[in-house]
Amino acid sequence: MIKEFVSEEMVINMGPQHPSTHGVLRLEVKLDGEIVKEVIPHIGYLHRCFEKHTEALTYPQIVPYVDRMDYLAAMYNEFGFALAVERMAGIEVPPRVEYMRVILGELQRIASHLVAVGTYGLDVGAFTPFLFCFRDREKILSLFELVSGARLLYNYIWPGGLSKEIHPDFVRLTKEFLVYFKPKLTELNRLLTGNKIFIDRTANLGVLDIEKAINYGVTGPNLRASGYKWDLRRDDPYSIYDKFDFEIPVGDGAMGTTGDCWDRYYIRVREMEESIKIIEQAIDNIPDGDVKSAIPKRIKVPAGQLYTRVENPRGELGYFIISKGANNPFRVKVRPPSFIHLMLLDELCRGNLVADIVAILGSIDIVLGEVDR
Amino acid sequence: MADTEFIKSVTDRFTLLLGEEKASQIVITESPFETFLTVPAELISVVMTELYDNPALGFDSLVLLTGNDEDDAVKTKNDDGSETLTGGNLSVVYHLESLPNRKKIIIKTIVPKANPEVPSVTPLWVSADWQEREAYDMYGIIFTGHPNLIRILMPYDWEFGFPLRKDYQNPEFYQGIKVPY
Repeated sequence: MIKEFVSEEMVINMGPQHPSTHGVLRLEVKLDGEIVKEVIPHIGYLHRCFEKHTEALTYPQIVPYVDRMDYLAAMYNEFGFALAVERMAGIEVPPRVEYMRVILGELQRIASHLVAVGTYGLDVGAFTPFLFCFRDREKILSLFELVSGARLLYNYIWPGGLSKEIHPDFVRLTKEFLVYFKPKLTELNRLLTGNKIFIDRTANLGVLDIEKAINYGVTGPNLRASGYKWDLRRDDPYSIYDKFDFEIPVGDGAMGTTGDCWDRYYIRVREMEESIKIIEQAIDNIPDGDVKSAIPKRIKVPAGQLYTRVENPRGELGYFIISKGANNPFRVKVRPPSFIHLMLLDELCRGNLVADIVAILGSIDIVLGEVDR
Repeated sequence: MADTEFIKSVTDRFTLLLGEEKASQIVITESPFETFLTVPAELISVVMTELYDNPALGFDSLVLLTGNDEDDAVKTKNDDGSETLTGGNLSVVYHLESLPNRKKIIIKTIVPKANPEVPSVTPLWVSADWQEREAYDMYGIIFTGHPNLIRILMPYDWEFGFPLRKDYQNPEFYQGIKVPY
């Protein structure tokens, strides 16, 4: 006769090489049967000493390194870094550059969200949307290739301007892309958003309420999915975002509870629609001018410290630059949104099934290149 | 963009709370782009709790926690030409934000390298957890009261010091491999 049934805690390792961790991440998962007791993320596998490197480089030399942090939104990383240096060095950029930066930034947001949405479908077992999303993302990458010559890491937005003049076909091809892409979102909604299996898998799972979200430092789509209207493009405006008319979508728990995985997924689909709106308003109004006219021969930043932040596709991306007046910065500290969001994982996974870890991790949309820097 | 009036009102509040003598240690420092409050490490707990708890201030979000090397160690030349560094300070910069009141404030604390202890703010803001671990990892700042202060980006067995300190030296060998190889 069994006197007492003893259940032991089991520890399993997910990763570092695991297809659903979206990079090199090891999760130490403590289980009680199928129930998750604790998730301990071990990071640092992609640590490339970004902050140490910056101390030995001049400001323009840092731009390519910035690309390699969030490699799915490289254009936006450059945008933020250029903005930070310009604010400190007092560089005024021509309106043509501002318009191009916003257009490229929003195209990058669409491309990044397409990866997030596509791979999220893949994580929970829907293979087709992944292929559709990557097909459409390719078209954006081709546009980036047209202007910058590169498909993933661009080195295009420099402090003071852009590295190359805009390709004459860019405006026409971007407009063609928008016409092509709009119906594809409806297609995606039919295929994945309203799919019953997908909803069953993601609704009411990993619910994050507003108070907890703010205390965890969550920003960007993940915070908005919890129902808090906070977008740096509107709340701490930079560049020329105040000229455009766009909505800030927030999660409302349409399929379950506000702030669940489905909300975090759907907020990204709706943000793509808003990005299209911004590009449509900007693409016809690009002023004439020289994109390189404001690029200084030598960038010298006066001594001081400044924290500059932008709304990256993943959340608040900030650069805290401390300068001592030399050609290279004294210290560049990055606030990577993914690094902060990964702290959530333990909190959201506790008490859920082990199979749901993948669904929750996919919904907070991290990029390990940025977590580790 | 520095909101000097607001920062002044915050320091006035601390004068009421801590008394004249202690509050005089909290100094408003103006740098060319940002104005911040310099707070001694032993007052960090009180100051942060007040900023977090007081609904009139309501700093509910810790945006960024930065460790930094002040690079103010004194260099002395030895007879054989080598240099010895003595003293020097580390610092921690907190960027706080109040989402309901739309206010921002920057707090800075400076600690000596010889005893780099700062009270942890993780009990107030969970977002400080990994950021404090990173500051420990890179600068060796000890956050007292942190639940799990271990290395985060560097290998757990890294025993060659704290890489972002300005006086950091590369190890000659790492796991039997010569550096640089």
